[in-house]
Parts: sequence; structure tokens; C-alpha cells
Amino acid sequence: MTFGQLPYDMAHVLGGGMLLVSFVLLYQRRTAALVNALALQGTLLAAAAVWQGYVQGAPQLYVTGMIALAAKGIAIPVFLHRLMRRRMPDRAIEPARGIGLSMLGGVMLVALAILVVLPVTTGAQALARENLAIALSIVLLGMLTMLTRRSALGQVAGLMTLENGLVLAAVGVTGMPLVIELSTAGLVLVIIVIAGFFARLLQERFDSLDTDMLHPHRGEGP
Amino acid sequence: MLTLLGLAFLALLVLAVLGGTGRAPRIAFLGCAVAMGAMGLVGASALLGGEVPPTPLPFGPPWAPALVAVDALSAWFLLILALVGVPASLFAAASSPPPRAEGAAFPLFLAGMAAALVAADGFSMLLGFEVMSLASWGLIAARHPRGPGRRTAGLYLGFALFSGLCLIAGFALLAPAGLGFAAIRATPPEGWQAGAVLVFVLLGAGSKAGLVPFHVWLPRAHPAAATPVSALMSGAMVKVALYVMLRMLLDLAGPAQPLWWGLPLVAVGGATALLGALRANLEQDIKAALACSTLENMGLMAVGLGLALLFRGADLRPLAALALAAVLLHALNHAGFKALLFLCAGAVVGLAGSRDPDRLGGLIHRMPWVAGCAMFGAASAAALPPFSGFASEWLLLQSLIQGFRVAEMSVQLVAAAALAVTGMAVGLAAAAMVRFVGLVFLGRPRTPMAAGAQDATGLMRASLLIPAVASALLAVLAAPMLSLAGGAIQVLLGPNARPAVAGFDLALGELGTRYAPWAVAGLLALAVTILVFAVRRRSKLEAVHAPAWDCGFMAPPPHLPFGDPLSQVSAAGLGQPIRRSLGGVALVIHERHGAAAPGSAQPATLRVTAEDRGVAQLLRPLARARRRLSREAEGLRNLTLRAYLGIAFGTLLGLLSLVAWLERG
Amino acid sequence: MLQAFGSLITQLLHVALILAVAPVLVGVVRWLKARLMGRRGPHLLQPWRDILKLLRKRPVMAETASVVSQATPYLALGATALAAALIPSFAQGMLLAPLADLVLIGGLLALARVCLALNGHDAGTPFGGMGAAREMTFAVFAEPALLVCVMVLAVLAGGSNLDAIAATLREGAVGLRISLLFAALSLIAVMLAENARIPVDNPATHLELTMVHEAMLLEASGRHLAVWEMQAALKLTLWFALLAAIFIPFGTAPAGGGPLAWGIGLALWIVKMGVLALGLAFFESAIAKMRVFRVPDFLGGALLLAVLAAALIFFSMGLA
Repeated sequence: MTFGQLPYDMAHVLGGGMLLVSFVLLYQRRTAALVNALALQGTLLAAAAVWQGYVQGAPQLYVTGMIALAAKGIAIPVFLHRLMRRRMPDRAIEPARGIGLSMLGGVMLVALAILVVLPVTTGAQALARENLAIALSIVLLGMLTMLTRRSALGQVAGLMTLENGLVLAAVGVTGMPLVIELSTAGLVLVIIVIAGFFARLLQERFDSLDTDMLHPHRGEGP
Repeated sequence: MLTLLGLAFLALLVLAVLGGTGRAPRIAFLGCAVAMGAMGLVGASALLGGEVPPTPLPFGPPWAPALVAVDALSAWFLLILALVGVPASLFAAASSPPPRAEGAAFPLFLAGMAAALVAADGFSMLLGFEVMSLASWGLIAARHPRGPGRRTAGLYLGFALFSGLCLIAGFALLAPAGLGFAAIRATPPEGWQAGAVLVFVLLGAGSKAGLVPFHVWLPRAHPAAATPVSALMSGAMVKVALYVMLRMLLDLAGPAQPLWWGLPLVAVGGATALLGALRANLEQDIKAALACSTLENMGLMAVGLGLALLFRGADLRPLAALALAAVLLHALNHAGFKALLFLCAGAVVGLAGSRDPDRLGGLIHRMPWVAGCAMFGAASAAALPPFSGFASEWLLLQSLIQGFRVAEMSVQLVAAAALAVTGMAVGLAAAAMVRFVGLVFLGRPRTPMAAGAQDATGLMRASLLIPAVASALLAVLAAPMLSLAGGAIQVLLGPNARPAVAGFDLALGELGTRYAPWAVAGLLALAVTILVFAVRRRSKLEAVHAPAWDCGFMAPPPHLPFGDPLSQVSAAGLGQPIRRSLGGVALVIHERHGAAAPGSAQPATLRVTAEDRGVAQLLRPLARARRRLSREAEGLRNLTLRAYLGIAFGTLLGLLSLVAWLERG
Repeated sequence: MLQAFGSLITQLLHVALILAVAPVLVGVVRWLKARLMGRRGPHLLQPWRDILKLLRKRPVMAETASVVSQATPYLALGATALAAALIPSFAQGMLLAPLADLVLIGGLLALARVCLALNGHDAGTPFGGMGAAREMTFAVFAEPALLVCVMVLAVLAGGSNLDAIAATLREGAVGLRISLLFAALSLIAVMLAENARIPVDNPATHLELTMVHEAMLLEASGRHLAVWEMQAALKLTLWFALLAAIFIPFGTAPAGGGPLAWGIGLALWIVKMGVLALGLAFFESAIAKMRVFRVPDFLGGALLLAVLAAALIFFSMGLA
């Protein structure tokens, strides 16, 4: 399989698209756009998983894709959007500095990932090698996002990117066991972090974790 | 030809004595111009086939006679030297008489550079190099008996000594069999010795060429000297350093050096190019800005040299020849346009009375010749087609683009990064040149002095026209010039190397990528002519002049006949976007905002101080270390006798073990 | 012989076409934007009418302006026209195709840019100088991005000749490549900056402090302004043609193909330009202009994207 053949090209473009979205996550400062980018990445991951399932003839990957689409493409972004709108109307822009520098670091990480993967995987299938390199890049970029972003949302974005990269690596390897379990476990982790984020948000706003404090604010429009 | 060469050297020595007496300075400088012309003639004839084989001189160091030779590489650089030396000498003859020390040091400086270029053994080359360094120090010190200029001279001397020491060490490693170049070539260094040679050459010649992190002296020292000397230092002296690098790394160290040799040069060159081009946009002194642009160009040449080493190591000879052609052609082009720009700046300083762009402006109305020459030089320096700088930078960019042909992934990534940095430096250089021309020659005069300046006349105008015409010829005839450099490329890469030339075009072998300067210049002229014709046929009304509309700014009061200087962009203001977006790369910038007290009518102030990272991170720590060392040395005076004995004994033991280690093989 | 004749004819037709189309393209983009905003929009030929009207007017120059103000418009337009003449539109293998090196095209655009900046400086007014400084700063990021994109394309085609690159990509053997997508995005960002479009600059602005391109032309009038307007229009057309030639190179006619093939190529080219114009109009309507000091971030992002494209293409080469 190489360039010019559809199975390869589609996987290549989907993985590359996820990589591009990871850079958008590093670059973007507007929180709404950040969440949209996360949704896009989740959707792309779902498409990549489904495509791999089709190419490898592995139906369990369809399940992985569906989980990714439902949770990362739709549910989590919708939840985050609502949270943003209701709880942080004044924080449309995240104070992130040194964007140029973090982008530069991101490109270096990708180069590093490529330089690591290329010699290690000699002899493997070209598609798997490339998939692995892109997945590793996405994982590293997720870590970088977590490092450079101060806000809780940035942390969530970084973690989700990281987890997306791991799932992408898993779906790309033919015959990998427990892919569904892995993606579910990752998802649970993300949800836990979001719950923590929510809790912290509450604390920031009301100096308490008591949800009863929220009741007087019910019905407060954006 | 050897006779002519000898006569030129002799003439320079006589002129040095004449200049030292202070009599007839004009004749002395005209004589220098003639001697430089002779050097150029020697170079040109050697390039056309009349090379001078290694010839022993009747004098020399005690162990062997000194050797001189003019092979194609030396000849090419002699041509570069002449291209700067002739107009610079003429300009000096047209200027007011200099101090006597300068009159003596100027011919010696020229002779030193020429000697370093024609030497065929390590000793003579180092001798010429040191004469060049010391004479140029004398030229700076002669103008600055005290004050900050004197400190600059001291800094320069320190760096010159450092580079001399490093080169001596480099030659010591290269020449176990003898200092003659032929003997060195016969026994190329291997293993750690080769690596050490690379390090010493990078430190020695690199610091002379102004490569990062040893660049701090260059933007200070070059503008501190008189204008013709600045032109020589920026146009020719750094090229001598480049020649030393080429000679030692590509020729003397042998063809069997590994691929990674190129990497430090590419990295350092890219950093130098970026930093120099950045600083050229931020300087508040036109000569310093031009010196920073020299840094940029030296960086580009170092990148090309590194690429040549990389390609040679990867066994891609044609591409190595391409990169080397870029280096050699750019060295020549840079000599032309930098000499032109410095002499124009000198004319501005002499005739309009300031180096500060905030005291100049609008000179194109009063000095059309100087302005025209400067704009021509600036267009070349900004690498705009079809001017001369573009041809060589095109070659360099092409060789960077072809970097993907090296099979190593890491080298490919380095090439891509270097391409990005180089492209940035080229863009910054264009911005710096627009800033230079815009501030000095366009717009409104900012002081009465600038409003009343006179144009350059007579000899001074001739000294500007020589490099301008040479640059114009180089622009159109880049390919034939480069085929002249074929011999130099063969000296460095072996007899099968060919420069990237096809007829009157620069071309990359069979790849079909080419640049035809004559065609581009012709088509551009054709297009502009047709346009002017077509537009003027429909639009016949002559233009009229009226007060600038200026978005409704108030008319200036009558006591400001040239308009309000505050309503014209300043040097700092022009550099502001670049300083804010990239300044931190090259400079440590401190901003102090001074807000006026509430109710006071004073304006708020913004004071920006910037310091080169090289000063902050290399010179300061060095100075601190020296102070600490001297404190420690002071402490030594209070030691007991036993401690003194102990130190002496320890030194002895150390020396003995060194001997044992050296003799073990 | 037929080949040589065809290459000459196509070259001449191409130059005539691109000069005639340039102001119309600006008109199309303006009209599309107006429609998207619910306005009726000016006539498609309005830019042409403006230029012809300006040509009839007497130029009024600032008292402080020099010969630079008179010479730079022609030089800039000449350089842009030469660059445009090198970029294929409906046919490939035109007379100047061997000269069509992407680095040279970048250089010619830089020449036009420097002319524009010098024109901004010439009258010695604050906005002109400010615009010039900003324009040159943006170019510092745009130029390397363009060069690295050229490297990506050169990896595929072997060299930086535009005709060779277009031929390689037309054959389709390179497949769908994410690095090409990255390079395309990067080039689009460069295109937006070079043509002073939103989000880098606003082509319709009348607020001096925020503008870049127009600020340098404040003192130009009469035929000088007409030439500058033409230059801007030609530059937009040139960039569209460049993007089309590289990323949608399908359907161009060979130079010796005869009138029918040329006609098909022309129709396809007009469709491509229309699609790009529509894309630009949508993008500009959907997005806001960014702060001037945010632009280096934007263009720096484009540069890094190009470097990323290069890294990925080296990687896929290493796989093969």
C-alpha cells in the first residue's frame, strides 16, 4: 500500500487532519473555537477508526468509532459549550501567551516523533509506520497543550488530544486486542477530568463545591 | 604576473611609509587604488588561466621560505578585494585628509588582506591575517583616541587576538609534516584532530567573519572606522575570513571529511543571518545597520559553506558545487553592493552631517547621485530580481531546497529549518534596506543640515559609480562570472566539479530549474516600457505638486519649514513592528513606560533600551569571570611558602603527565 | 514548429487574458461579498471603470514626493505582470515556462512589494511610513512560508519550476497527501497577507490606523493610483492562478493543443477562479480582521505549517 491507493490515502488524510487540529488547539485562544476543534478532532478520530475497521475487516473498530463519535464528537463538546456559555460568559478568550513559541515547539515535537518512529519500525507496513508517527506526534502535542495552557479547559483539551492520539495508535495496528476497552477507559478518564474541571469551576465561582449554591442562579441566561 | 603581484605589494609598503609621513595623502590613496587595481588584474588573469604556481620567496620564517601562489580560489578573492579596494581607496582620496596613523595603516591593511589571500603556506597566511587584524585595529584606534570608540577598538583587538590564536592552533593540528599547503594536503587530519581543526577554524575564522556568538564586535567596530575602512572591513575583510574557512575546511582538510561537518556551519550561519538581519532593522545608526547587514550576508555564506560540506559528505558533488557557487558568487556580489552602500553612507555622513537617520531624510532631492547609487545597492542587498544579490541568493535557496536529496532524514529537516530561517533573513534584509532608503533618502528632511546637503561630486561620485556599475554588470552577467569561478570550485571539490551554469543562465544541471538574469532584466524593462507607453497614451496630463494630503494632519507652523518632524515616521517607529514581533530573538529588550502624573501636561514617555544577546550572554559572563579570576589571583599573594611550592610542584607534575600522555603512541 | 508557435501564441493570449481578467476578478469578489452581506453589489466591471476614470485624471503629488512616486508604480506593475506571465492559466508549456521558477516569482513579488513600500515612504507622511513598516514585517513571515512550500513541491517534482510541478501534480501519481494540504493552507495564508485581505488587512477599510496596503497609497492619485489599483488586482489574480496551477492543475491544455483545447482549458480556468473567488468571499465574510500584532502569530503559524508539511513529506519519502 502506498500513495495513490485509496486505503492508504484516506487513512493518511484522516490522521494528518487530526494532527492539524492538534495544532489548532495549540494556536487557538477563543474558548468556543477550542471546543469546536476538539469536536472536530473527535469526529476525525471516529472516521479514522471506522476507516481502519473497513480496511482491516475488523468490525470491533466500528464500535470504537461510534463511541468516539458519540462521546468526543458530540456529547463532550456539547456539554462543554453549555458549560462555557452558562458559567463563563466573560472568559471568551483564554489568556495564552507565547503562542508562536509553543507552535515552534509543536513542530519540533513532530519532527522528533518522526525521527524516533522511522528507524524503530523498519520493516513494518508503511501505513502502520505513518499512523504510529502521527499518533505519537498527537500524543506529544497533547502533552504540550497541557503544559502551555493554564486554564482548566486547556488542560481538558490537552488530555483529550493525548487520549485521541493513543486511540489512533491503537486502531492503526492490525489485530490489536482490547481496542474498545482501551478507548472506553480513556473516555472514562477524560470524563473524570471534566468532572474535576467542573468542580474547580464551581469552586472558582462560588468558593464552594456545594451544588446547592447553584440554585439561586438557575434560569440565568447567558 | 608574479612580478605585478610583487610590485603591488612593494607599492603598498612604500605607500604605507608615505602615508605615515602625512604628506600628499591624496596621492597615497590614489596609489592604493592603483595597487588594488593591479591585484584585481592578477586575480582576473589567474582566473583566465594564468595561475601562479607555488613560488618560494627569498625570505620567510627560519625553518622554510615563505610560499606564494595564486590559484583560482585566491584569484577569485583577489578580485573581491579589488572590487572593494579600488572604490574605497578612491573615496579615501576624495575625503578630507585622515590622521597620519590612518594613512600608514590603510595600505598595510590592504597588503595584509592580499597577503593572506596569496599565501601558500600556513605561516604566511597567518602573518597576512594578523597584519590585517592589527592594521584594522590601528585604523579604528586612530580615529578614537579615547571614549567609547576606544573601548570598541579594545574589544576588537581582543577578538582579533582570539581568532589569531585559534587559527594558529588549527594550523598546528593540520600541519604535522610542514606548513606548506601541498604538505598539508598530503596528510589530511583524521579522527579527533579533524574535529578539533573544525572547531578551531570555526572559532578563529568564524569570529573574524562575525558568526554567532562571536558577532558582538562587528556591528560596533565596522562603523567606528572611517568610511572607506568600514567598506573594506565589511566588504573585504570578512571575505578573507571566509577564504580562510574555505581553504582550511574544504581544501586543506581533505575531501574525506564526514557529513556532519556541515551541520554546525549551517546552524551558526542561520543564526547569524537571522540575528544580523534583525538588528539591521533596529539600529539607530546607518553605518551600524549596514554592518549588521554584513552579519546577515556572512551568515548566508556560512549556510552555503555548510551545505557544501554536507553535500560533499553525502557524495552529492553537483549539489555541493551548487552550494559553493552560491557562496563564491554571493561573496563577490556582497563585496560590490556593500562597498557601494557603505560609501553612499559615508557620502551622506560627510555631506549631510549625520549618521543618525532621525537627523536625515529627503536627501534624494539634494543628492540624486548618491540616492540613486544607494537605492541600486539597496535593491541588490534586498535580493530583488534582477539585481545582483538575487542571483547568488537564488543559488543558495535552490541548494537549500535541494537539501531533500540527502538521504538522512535529520539532514532534510535541518535543510527545511535552514530554508525557513534563511527566507526570514532575506525578508528582514529587504525590510532593513527599505528602512535605510526610506529614512535617509525619501520623505522630508528632518534637520536643516539634511535640507541643505550637497551632492557628491568628482572623485567621490566616481568612487560610488565604480561599484554601482560593477554590481549592474554582475547582475546581468552572473552566469559568465560564475563560470569564471569554475576553477575555484574545482580547487575545493575536485576536477570534476562544474558550476551551475548553462550559457548565460544559472541552471541546476538536468533538473530544468533555471534563472536567466538577462531574460528577467530584459522582460522587466520591456514590460515597464510598454506600461509607461500604454498608460501615458491614455493619460496625458502632467502631474502637479501640492501639499501632502496626509489624512488631514494640521499644516505645520511657519517656524517648521520642512514640516513637523513628529509627523514623519522615525527610525525607532519603523523598526517597531519587527522589534515587537521578533526583536526578542536577537536582543534583550527593556521597555520603561513613563506615565505623566495625573493632571500634568507632560507627555507620557516610552524608553526602550536593547542589548545584543551576545553582549548579555557572552561578554558579560566573560568579564565577570575575568574579575573573579583576578580576585583569585590577588588571593594568591597571601599564600604561605609551602603553598607556593605546592603550586609549582603541581604544575610540574601536570606537565610531566601531559608529556607522558602525548608520547604514549 | 507548431509547438514553438503554439507556445508563443498561448503566452501572448495568457498575458492579455490575465491583464483583462484581473480587475474583473476584483469586481467578482466584491460583488460576491456584497451578495453574501445582503447588498446588491457593484457592477462586475466597476474596477475597470474606476481604473479608466483614474487614468483620465491629473495626478497630484505631494510637494515632498520625488521621482520615486512616479517610477515605482510602473516598476511594481511590470514586476507583477512578469510574475503573472510566468504562471500558467489555460495552457501549460508557454514560451516563458522554462523561466517559471517559483523562487523567481517570489522575488518578483518582493520587488513589487519593495516598490510599494518605497512609495509609502516617499511623501514623508506618517501613515505611509507606518504602512510600509507593517507590510515589510508581514513579508518577513510570508516569504519563508512560501519558500518552504516550494521545497515541499520540489520534493515531489524534483525542482522548483512551476510547470514541472504542475505537470507532476496533474498526473495524480502523488496521491492524496496531507503535506500538500498543509502546504495549501500555508500558501492560502500567505495569499491573504500578500493581497491585504481579511484577517490581515481590510481591502475596504477607510480607517488609517488599521490599514496597511491602502496606507502606502494615500498620496497616490490619477494615473499612479490607477496603476497601483491594477497592480493590486493583478496580484490577486496571480495568487489565485498560482493556487489553481499548483493544487487544481487539472484540465490545462498543452501549448500545441490548438484552439479547441485552449478553449476547454480557458473554461475550466474560469471555473477554478470563480471557485476560489467564492471561497475568498465566504472566508472574508465569515471572519473578523485581527489586530496588527496578532498577524505575525498568524503568518508564523503558516510558516510552521509549511515546515510541518516538509517534515511529513520527508517522512513519507523515508517510508517509500
